[in-house]
Amino acid sequence: MTDASLTNTTALYQASPQRQLVKTVLRVLLYILLIAFALFYLAPLFVMVTTSLKSLEEIRTGDLISLPREVTFDAWATAWSSACTGIQCDGVKPYFWNSVLIAVPAVLLSTLIGAVNGYVVAQWRFPGANIFFALMLFGCFIPFQVVLLPMARMLGLMGIAGSIPGLIFVHVIYGLGFTTLFFRNYYVTIPSELTKAAKVDGAGFFRIFFSIFLPLSLPIIVVTVIWQFTQIWNDFLFGVSFSQAGTQPITVALNNIVNSTTGVKEYNVDMAAAIIAGLPTLLVYVVAGKYFIRGLTAGSVKG
Amino acid sequence: MAPILDIKGLSKNYGSTEILKDINVSIEPGDFLVLVGPSGCGKSTLLNCIAGLEPISGGTLAIGGQDMTHVSPKDRDIAMVFQSYALYPTMTVAKNITFGMKVRGVDKAEQAEKLQKVAAQLQIEQLLNRKPSQLSGGQRQRVAMGRALVRDPKLFLFDEPLSNLDAKLRVEMRTEIKSLHQNLGASMIYVTHDQIEAMTLATKIVVMKGGVIQQVGTPAEIYSTPANMFVADFMGSPAMNLIPARTRANGSGTIVEIAQAGADPIVLTEKRSIALPEDVVLGVRPEDIVETGLHNGGSNALQKADCMIDIVEPAGADTFVVTQLGGKQVTARLSAETKARAGERSNLAFDLSRVSYFSPENGLRLNES
Ligand SMILES: Nc1ncnc2c1ncn2[C@@H]1O[C@H](COP(=O)(O)OP(=O)(O)O)[C@@H](O)[C@H]1O
Ligand SMILES: [Mg+2]
Repeated sequence: MTDASLTNTTALYQASPQRQLVKTVLRVLLYILLIAFALFYLAPLFVMVTTSLKSLEEIRTGDLISLPREVTFDAWATAWSSACTGIQCDGVKPYFWNSVLIAVPAVLLSTLIGAVNGYVVAQWRFPGANIFFALMLFGCFIPFQVVLLPMARMLGLMGIAGSIPGLIFVHVIYGLGFTTLFFRNYYVTIPSELTKAAKVDGAGFFRIFFSIFLPLSLPIIVVTVIWQFTQIWNDFLFGVSFSQAGTQPITVALNNIVNSTTGVKEYNVDMAAAIIAGLPTLLVYVVAGKYFIRGLTAGSVKG
Repeated sequence: MAPILDIKGLSKNYGSTEILKDINVSIEPGDFLVLVGPSGCGKSTLLNCIAGLEPISGGTLAIGGQDMTHVSPKDRDIAMVFQSYALYPTMTVAKNITFGMKVRGVDKAEQAEKLQKVAAQLQIEQLLNRKPSQLSGGQRQRVAMGRALVRDPKLFLFDEPLSNLDAKLRVEMRTEIKSLHQNLGASMIYVTHDQIEAMTLATKIVVMKGGVIQQVGTPAEIYSTPANMFVADFMGSPAMNLIPARTRANGSGTIVEIAQAGADPIVLTEKRSIALPEDVVLGVRPEDIVETGLHNGGSNALQKADCMIDIVEPAGADTFVVTQLGGKQVTARLSAETKARAGERSNLAFDLSRVSYFSPENGLRLNES
């Protein structure tokens, strides 16, 4: 019986060289397709990087996709500290720091508040918790254009219109829907008996949060931070609507550099400025991307 | 001395659904009370109400003579072991056990001393630096016990603490919990859906169904005088046989007649003076049906019944035989050397002195009427 089935399997393997061939061909096709897609997506980055390293002279005479004959970082230096964003010519540097000053506190605050919100909604079922959560979710789907005017009025009333704290406030408020959702979905997978055990042990609301829930939350914190950082750093609409000279974020500056050049277009400077504007989000993905994937898939707590 | 726990008229609703109805329970110091009932009958809810983890909708609750109806869990002087163990996943075993003391601000030296004592008691000293995820099910269970023991509370609450263990470990831990109770002399409330656990551990059993207490009593009382057909059926394995029968008065006693397919009815005489209606349900434990001629001690309460044996199931020390009486399968626990054969008639006998009668209408026990 065992012998028979054994010879059968061997026969199967031997009798299918064609099948083996088909498999290899399919595999090769798959790789060709994947590589083609990768090239397609990487091409713009390639053009941006090479263009930013060329001199204007070379750009004008050369080919868009050729490698630079002579590598020069002049365009990067110009973009960083002396490109003109309208009448000012200080490069993107001040705006870069504005963005950092906006994004870092806004990310930290919206993540922390989202964590507490999610913890409350998932583990401290108060009356009306479901409605509260549904409304928060609804907040995720309100188009930003709708809130521009009321928000402007609000910021004016609070006396923080056009300031960096004002922008932080806006980003925290509009990030909360998502951050609450992320943390709530993570915390509902944690058995409620854990909270009960801690209550019997005598721990209170914040003690349970900081001693038990927060230490469990690294994966979801990483997800939230990446999400929020990307959103806030790349935001243009709020940045352009609620800022004034001196508080504009880098996305607004980039737009101004590209649109305000008179005479010759300095493509190399534009490209360098664009890459500088995109680097921090890229960096966040590279550093924390591993946790990002893990955080999206993992959730439940074993133990 | 005041009862450790005194619950009066407790009720619990979730919205408009009534989960617990008019619960009255009290336990004395040193009692091991087991709450037993099928899944979903409200045992965990009741335990959570006692712990203060769920607010109650009506009634009062006192622990150690003090009203605790509106007191928060941390001030009730209780410790609880959960079904899922609920160990803090990011903390080591030692931190899990000392967390409560840390929260309460017990000083470090005392914490360490109590930790060592409990760890030694439960033989988990070598696990103290591990995380819960590095423990087996049985070890987690021990740690959860340790977390409760270290509190030295007035009242221990256990919510199905053994239900996630494999059968062998479950029996071991059962014995261990029992000896723990005897050594500590502590008061415990233990929730289980397993009636064997209830019988082996309890000094007092509360049988619940659908949020209503069916019977409160010692294991022996629950076993031999079940208050209704639900308790009779739920407690004991194999379950008590519940056989429809008809009665008629006959002098000082009562004649009990059980229909039998393809044979004359079995006629038994109840000699105790019990007022019985015409239709009753006879409740007989499998061990109260014996085989005549095999050491049955000549009890004069034994009354012969000639039955057709359908199935014979040897089970080591005992052999279970199944026959059909009054339209119901009836199981008898006979000794291993029984001569009963499947498909043959056999001489069985009923021990009428230990039989219960139930009303077919409302399921209540009639013996005391
Ligand atoms: N938070 C809740 N909201 C609504 N119903 C609940 C809630 N918790 C438990 N129940 C219901 O209460 C009943 C009793 O549950 P439980 O006490 O867990 O039963 P047991 O522990 O006896 O298995 C079940 O029918 C369950 O569906
Ligand atoms: Mg339960």
